[in-house]
Amino acid sequence: MSSIVIAILVLTVLALIFGVILGFAAVRFKVDGDPIVDQIDALLPQTQCGQCGHPGCRPYAEGIAAGEAINKCPPGGQTTIDQLAELLNVDSVPLDSEHGVEDVRKVAYIREDECIGCTKCIQACPVDAILGAAKLMHTVIVDECTGCDLCVEPCPVDCIDMLPVATNTLNWKWPEPPQTNNLIATDRQPHLEENAS
Amino acid sequence: MKVFGFHGGIHPPENKKQSTRASVRHLPIPKALVIPTQQHLGLAADPVVSVGDRVLKGQTIAEPVGRISASLHAPTSGTVTAIEAQPVPHASGLDAECIVIESDGLDQWIDHQPIDYKGIERTELVKQIRQMGIAGMGGAGFPTDVKLNLGSDHIVTTLIINAAECEPYITADDKLMCEHASEILEGIKIIQHLLEPTHTLLGIEDNKPNAIRALNEALAEADIDLDLVVVPTKYPSGGERQLIQLLTGVEVPSGKIPADIGIVVQNVGTAQALHRAINHGEPLIQRIVTVTGEAVEHPGNFWTLLGTPFSDLLSAADLKPGAMHRLVMGGPMMGVAVETDSIPVIKTTNCLIAATESEMPEAPAAQPCIRCGMCEQACPAQLLPQQLYWFAKGKEFEKAKNHNLFDCIECGACAYVCPSSIPLVQFYRYAKSEIRAEELEQRKADHARERFEARQARLEREAIEKAERRKARAAEAAKAQAERKKQSESSAGKDDTAALKTAAAVARTKLKKAEVALKNAQDKGLEGIDTLQATVDKLKQAAVEAEQALQSYSATETTASKTDKREPTPAKPDLKALKQQVSIMRTKLKKAEAADDVDESEIESLKARLEEASQAYADADNALIELAKTAGIDLKQLRIDLAMAKVAVTKIERAISKSDDETEQETLKADLETAKAYFTRLESQLKPYE
Repeated sequence: MSSIVIAILVLTVLALIFGVILGFAAVRFKVDGDPIVDQIDALLPQTQCGQCGHPGCRPYAEGIAAGEAINKCPPGGQTTIDQLAELLNVDSVPLDSEHGVEDVRKVAYIREDECIGCTKCIQACPVDAILGAAKLMHTVIVDECTGCDLCVEPCPVDCIDMLPVATNTLNWKWPEPPQTNNLIATDRQPHLEENAS
Repeated sequence: MKVFGFHGGIHPPENKKQSTRASVRHLPIPKALVIPTQQHLGLAADPVVSVGDRVLKGQTIAEPVGRISASLHAPTSGTVTAIEAQPVPHASGLDAECIVIESDGLDQWIDHQPIDYKGIERTELVKQIRQMGIAGMGGAGFPTDVKLNLGSDHIVTTLIINAAECEPYITADDKLMCEHASEILEGIKIIQHLLEPTHTLLGIEDNKPNAIRALNEALAEADIDLDLVVVPTKYPSGGERQLIQLLTGVEVPSGKIPADIGIVVQNVGTAQALHRAINHGEPLIQRIVTVTGEAVEHPGNFWTLLGTPFSDLLSAADLKPGAMHRLVMGGPMMGVAVETDSIPVIKTTNCLIAATESEMPEAPAAQPCIRCGMCEQACPAQLLPQQLYWFAKGKEFEKAKNHNLFDCIECGACAYVCPSSIPLVQFYRYAKSEIRAEELEQRKADHARERFEARQARLEREAIEKAERRKARAAEAAKAQAERKKQSESSAGKDDTAALKTAAAVARTKLKKAEVALKNAQDKGLEGIDTLQATVDKLKQAAVEAEQALQSYSATETTASKTDKREPTPAKPDLKALKQQVSIMRTKLKKAEAADDVDESEIESLKARLEEASQAYADADNALIELAKTAGIDLKQLRIDLAMAKVAVTKIERAISKSDDETEQETLKADLETAKAYFTRLESQLKPYE
């Protein structure tokens, strides 16, 4: 009988001790905010374009954390979807074409002669990449532009173009070497011909 | 001196003899010089001349931008004819900004004098070196002033002068040492003055006996603390990290720079350029370029002005027409093939190889990797080349990065030994640029997020400020209104005719009512006549008093008495205006409530104003009803009748349009007539009161 009492006592004491430790840890090491949202947000391209249907990348990150589909981000493209799939341990899916298609990186360009200085694009820009004042010509800070497209629609005179970023010696990338899968002689044949021609 | 070793390395055919036979020749001044603004690592220089300017030899034509950058100088006197995009020596084959100078053939120097580097401040000397545009001439083109101006956290114990020149074909440094050994030593003295190393080593491969002899002769004459270390010939012993390992036995840790372990490496060419810049005041405007390959008749080395097109060099070395299969810029291991010979020489151009087809045939088609491991044996950075290859091929860049891809110096030893002739270096370059692009993208994304969040915070702050301002305005308006009310109240007793008139009218009506009641009571002989009589008397008194007050007021205001006597006409415009006011207030309130940034105080004030307006409307309406009563018309009833008449009219009209029977239609039409007549009558009755 006494052994049972001792066992119960010991277990109770242990439970209390661990309870105190856990309680302390819960207070001391409390994580503010939702870390998964931060992690998702870090993977999103931060164009703040709203093509996913959310007013910015962070709201979409919150949406994904709440169980929304991960394939609604055209600027991020398949790369971002794959990264999100890896992070969230879900299957990667192709981009949902309803929200747009993957495109080359673009920046906004204001045809300055046609700009009437209405400031509408300035208000639309999510990253403050447009400079200008009322009734004065506006211009885009190319380095800050995320290519989100949001300034094009509000322009009353349609003087904003989205231009693909030109390749120069600074952003040029080494091309991928040709893949060769000539494991057997017959595989190799067309490749050699291609080289010879 | 003990020579250590480094892992891997290869022994490709040297092919150096062809270009060392002749002494260094001077190239004639070309007609036009094309000077790219980016000739070094870091940011491109910013042009300070404009088209049409005449420039003198040695004049600064572009200033450095940022810390890691170098200035540019006119290599000869002439006129700036263009600042535009031109083909530049870059692996991409793309065009980039260049300053084009048309030479006038005078080769007229700008004023320049030597600097006594021992007599000036160290920072001043570093500034001078920066202004002279000195950048590493070994290959990477790192701005020399940055390397010579390390922070106090870097104490340099060893200075290494790189004279290894390990890559086949290239002999530019070799010839420089043969012919200008003493100048190199002078340059090294300047570096020693700046870095104050405890010892200085000069590493040179044993395949340059002439250079070694020349250096030894110069060393015997010069007063300099320098150890000449002859290292065995092995590619890539001239790699910065490999040479450090060869001479000191220390390996530069991954991700660190040599300065982190107290070592600075400078090329011999850089040392000579430093000597010219400081002891002669001549900026970096020329360099020795090796022109070799089987496609040129007389291979050799040339003192070449920066900006000289490759074609000039090739013709100076007597290019065999039609023999050139490939033009390679740099050595055969690390150089890149270029498409056009209009590309100019820059600070880092050490060699041009005009190769025939038999000399540099097309690379054979790549075979599958058989995991033989020869690349690992050859890798001087002790990496796992085939593993990196698989990762790059499978686009697993993260893994490649974790396998220290960025420690790869792209020397090409692995590809050289690969039995499957896989272009390994191309894979590494591809993977590196993909990773760099991704990192840049990530940095940009972080930057965009920062800006987005900053903007959100700003908008929020502005909204709060706006709300506060609005609140303050509303409070002010309320205060002003209260003051106005107070004022009007205090003045009401004196000059409000309307109030007096109403008072008099009310008194009269009350009196009338009481009199009627009294009469009724008297007729029917009811009780309480006395009290009624008393009330009537009292009311009479009050009515008289009110009338008197009005009279006395009218006496002072002569016009007022006239309006008083006028027939009571309904306040027509008043009612409509009031009604409008009420509806306006209601819409305003609705709008305010529907707005995104609901402002409680504003809504409150709007509500109050709506209340007021509707009260005013109701009061006016009541007054009208009262007025109509005096004319024996029940306005409310009249309005209801009118509405009913209207409904009746529309009903009959609808019935007429629906019915098919003609007789029925006739009767209905008759009904309609009567209904319409009734409606018009009612309307005319109501008209004066609306």
